Amino acid sequence: MINAIKMTTTTSLYDQFIALYREKEKVQDNRWLTSIRDTAFESFSEKGFPTTKMEEWRFTNVAPFLKEDFRLQPGGTSSLLRQNIIPSLDAYEIVLKNGMLNEDVSIPGVKVTPLRTALKNDDLKTYLGKHTPLKKNPFAALNTAFFENGIVIETEKNAIGDKPLHITHVYYAEEAVFIQPRILVIAHRGSKIEIVESVTVIGDKPLFVNSVTECYVAENAQVDQYNLQIAPANAHLVHFNQVVQQGNSLYNNYNYILPDAALVRNNLHLDLNGSNTESHLFGLYLAGNQQLTDIHTTVNHLFPNCFSNELYKGVLLDNSRSVFSGRIYVAQDAQKTNAFQQNNNILLSNKAIVDSKPQLEIFADDVKCSHGSTVGSINKEALFYLHTRGIGEIAARNLMVQAFAFDVTNKIQIPAVREYIEKRIIHKMAEAYD
Amino acid sequence: MLSIKNLQAKVEDKQILKGINLQVNAGEVHAIMGPNGSGKSSLASVLTGRENYEVTDGEVIFDGKNLLELSPEDRAREGVFLAFQYPIEIPGVSNINFLRTALNEIRAYHNEPPMEAKEFLRLTREKQKLVEFDAKLTNRSLNEGFSGGEKKRNEIFQLAMLNPKLSILDETDSGLDIDALRIVSNGVNKLRSDKNAFIVITHYQRLLEYIVPDFVHVLYDGRIVKSGTKELALELEEKGYDWIKEPATTASVG
Repeated sequence: MINAIKMTTTTSLYDQFIALYREKEKVQDNRWLTSIRDTAFESFSEKGFPTTKMEEWRFTNVAPFLKEDFRLQPGGTSSLLRQNIIPSLDAYEIVLKNGMLNEDVSIPGVKVTPLRTALKNDDLKTYLGKHTPLKKNPFAALNTAFFENGIVIETEKNAIGDKPLHITHVYYAEEAVFIQPRILVIAHRGSKIEIVESVTVIGDKPLFVNSVTECYVAENAQVDQYNLQIAPANAHLVHFNQVVQQGNSLYNNYNYILPDAALVRNNLHLDLNGSNTESHLFGLYLAGNQQLTDIHTTVNHLFPNCFSNELYKGVLLDNSRSVFSGRIYVAQDAQKTNAFQQNNNILLSNKAIVDSKPQLEIFADDVKCSHGSTVGSINKEALFYLHTRGIGEIAARNLMVQAFAFDVTNKIQIPAVREYIEKRIIHKMAEAYD
Repeated sequence: MLSIKNLQAKVEDKQILKGINLQVNAGEVHAIMGPNGSGKSSLASVLTGRENYEVTDGEVIFDGKNLLELSPEDRAREGVFLAFQYPIEIPGVSNINFLRTALNEIRAYHNEPPMEAKEFLRLTREKQKLVEFDAKLTNRSLNEGFSGGEKKRNEIFQLAMLNPKLSILDETDSGLDIDALRIVSNGVNKLRSDKNAFIVITHYQRLLEYIVPDFVHVLYDGRIVKSGTKELALELEEKGYDWIKEPATTASVG
């Protein structure tokens, strides 16, 4: 009896997905896609949604967020939105509504295609779902089994983007919705592209976004990805980003999480599939209210002479909770690896909690690797210095948080984005001590 | 302006100040000298409200207000300024943003509106010039990567910008070469007026050749054991501190 009740409350969303997959019309998929989806579905149906018993989800319990009566596969919507939340950003603008691209976009050197159209092309099977570890990641598997909407961004060989590509994700949450967008980025040999993604939520009903991005960086190519996760409290964002780098490529990831999305869980996985690659991962989570932010990164050094550097900073306010789990793996063949990782946190509330878990797994013997993690509060000497100049408690803390975040905000290469993030930090901090 | 009576303070369980009496009037420069560990920097810390210092007795009246009851920021807003012996580096906070925040917080305390951007810029330029502070340091992160001399010059630049009534210079001469010492001292001398006052804490007489004090006090074992005019500093330079220590020790034993 008790078991039966448990089943209906905790597995209902799971059951809905299982039923939905069986009913699903699959004729529109290519055979290769059906096969990928079936494998992914099998993996999801076996594991179900992650629980805190899984090591990768030890600190993040998603169960409470999955109890809503979600509409599972909402389509796009025709209502227009032309508001750019990042002032003065000079970029090619794309708006995805519930993950769907309505219009064609023409950008010099870059092809942006709605996923549905792109899937007709068999070439995609070399990329789609190829590297993402679906077996270990139930959410990514779920997305793979069900995704309908999204885009494919493909650069021409040697095309150097003159402006960033800005994707505004507009989510319509006038009813509870569960949305699963998919983005595929293919940067061909010698090309360079900057992609900025931001979120706009319309409506205040529970929104659950389970998105997957796969990014292929060919030889001598460069991809910069900016992921700005600033959304209202009804938003729950679970994101898996699989990056594959070929030799001599450069990949930069910039991730900024600010209040108030109730849940942000990011997995960022880098496979360094060639020699002489360079990768930079910068992130800031400024968590407030009841927010739960969870960053999981993996950098797989598989070839010699690669460099990776990771810096994530966390500021925790109110009742917020953050998780940082960073893993660097250096394979036996990956000699002369330089891999660095650092995670620093400041707690500004007695009720906030942070779990930081840096991990190094090294199987090569000629490498330079380091990792470190700190949790602390604001430097008292510095606060006193500011006080002796007449700067009060609130202003002093705000200055110190700006200073703390500076190490990751000053890495932003697009001035309009940097200004936007810095202003959001100041705004949030001013609000926090009102 | 400042009246210190029987000021006693301790850190943890150690009594550091054992009854300081000092009267500072507008327009005066007081030098406080003394050997290491005599309580010179502790006096500066207590006056500016540093944590960990517990006042056990005595009073400090600043322009009619009980200074010891005010928070560190309110003391600053009332017009007390401390030039640090070891200025803090704060990477990520630009010097200029820091100064603007400080100036406007002080103005808000006195119910004045924030300073206009144009006026702030004008003031910055004027004071930079006055204290010979390198303009390109103004936009850098606060003290980050500054040399010892640059940090001290920045303290004097801040002093010039905030225009306090009472400035306490805590061993501002330490770590300065002769050129930096001259620049810092010139800055202070230009800022001296009949409306403000300075307490210059120093270990050596050298600084007092540049910033000429009206009074010199010798601090030893938490008390002012001798006061005089600038000639006292010369005497100390010549004889050292030992002759000062003798009577104090005897007195405390007796």
